[in-house]
Amino acid sequence: MAEGLLGKKVGMTQIYTDKGEIIPVTVLQVGPCFVTQIKSPEKDGYSAIQMGMEETRHLNKPERGHLKQLPSLKYLREVRTGNIASFQVGQKLNVALFSAGDLVDVSGVSKGKGHAGVIKRHHFKGGKKTHGQSDRMRSPGSSGATTTPGRVLKGMRGAGQLGNKNATVLNMEVIRVDQERNLLAIKGTVPGTKDSLLFVRKARKEKKVVKAQPTGKKGK
Amino acid sequence: MNLVNAIAKREPNPNIPTLAPGDRVKVHTRIVEGDRERIQVFIGTVMRLRKGKRANASFTVRRIATHGVGVERTFSVNSPRVEKVEVAGHTHVRRAQLYYLRGRHGKAARLREKRTVTPERAVEVAQTPTAE
Repeated sequence: MAEGLLGKKVGMTQIYTDKGEIIPVTVLQVGPCFVTQIKSPEKDGYSAIQMGMEETRHLNKPERGHLKQLPSLKYLREVRTGNIASFQVGQKLNVALFSAGDLVDVSGVSKGKGHAGVIKRHHFKGGKKTHGQSDRMRSPGSSGATTTPGRVLKGMRGAGQLGNKNATVLNMEVIRVDQERNLLAIKGTVPGTKDSLLFVRKARKEKKVVKAQPTGKKGK
Repeated sequence: MNLVNAIAKREPNPNIPTLAPGDRVKVHTRIVEGDRERIQVFIGTVMRLRKGKRANASFTVRRIATHGVGVERTFSVNSPRVEKVEVAGHTHVRRAQLYYLRGRHGKAARLREKRTVTPERAVEVAQTPTAE
């Protein structure tokens, strides 16, 4: 079976457990996906499958030619996988891959926030509001020492583009699966806007057990 | 139905009737105390309804507790902890959200009762000969 599927974010809501607890969930439309191409080590130098999702009317001739007898699919993405032997071109993959209680990783492009300052981007504290300070409320402060080293060290956090980049959230719990409508309800939030393309795969890394942090002094 | 509701929606609770702002209600909720469970009743006026028939729909009930302290509680329509809601009466209100009750106390916070004609009463009225 495939390791993951393409999907789209539908929106967020709440699900009640029988006890009356509320679980915040993100609803994803996952699949149905079609295997559109199989990449083999002999031909392409590596093994992967290409899968597609969502039918569209707007395809150009090369795209239509690539898909041949398959439905006209809007999104095509490649997934590296070792066992290409278990796939055939045209095979349909659907949400049945997941079941409630599974852990999944969700990747997508996060919402773009544009060029953001250090407070928003790196959670800097900013300057003082009072004590005579007037124009450095959101400034980063000092970015280095003096003649030694005489430059700003690489990797110093600063202002810049925030968001609109690939992001993956690991080990999210599947709460509910609706096979009829190809829906998945996942606990928590996933990157991107509504309708943005996502990749949902079975969790790869083991879930870390969160140790209780010793409570220290808060700030200054 | 939109897809978000399609997956999150529960069977509607048959013990919750259609509510309207200004309704006098008794809300029966299940409360867990240690390993014991009991029903608590919250009696008050429906102050607002939120999110209609969506999965996370809720309604807020306001009551005046002892010493004239206003207490507001919000209940989830779809929560299994809400056992049932009884409507004890309706009042005449001209707003969807009765936030103005917050600023009032005592007599000023009263709402005019809406007289509802029960089927038995309707028959009684119809049979009474009108005075000439």
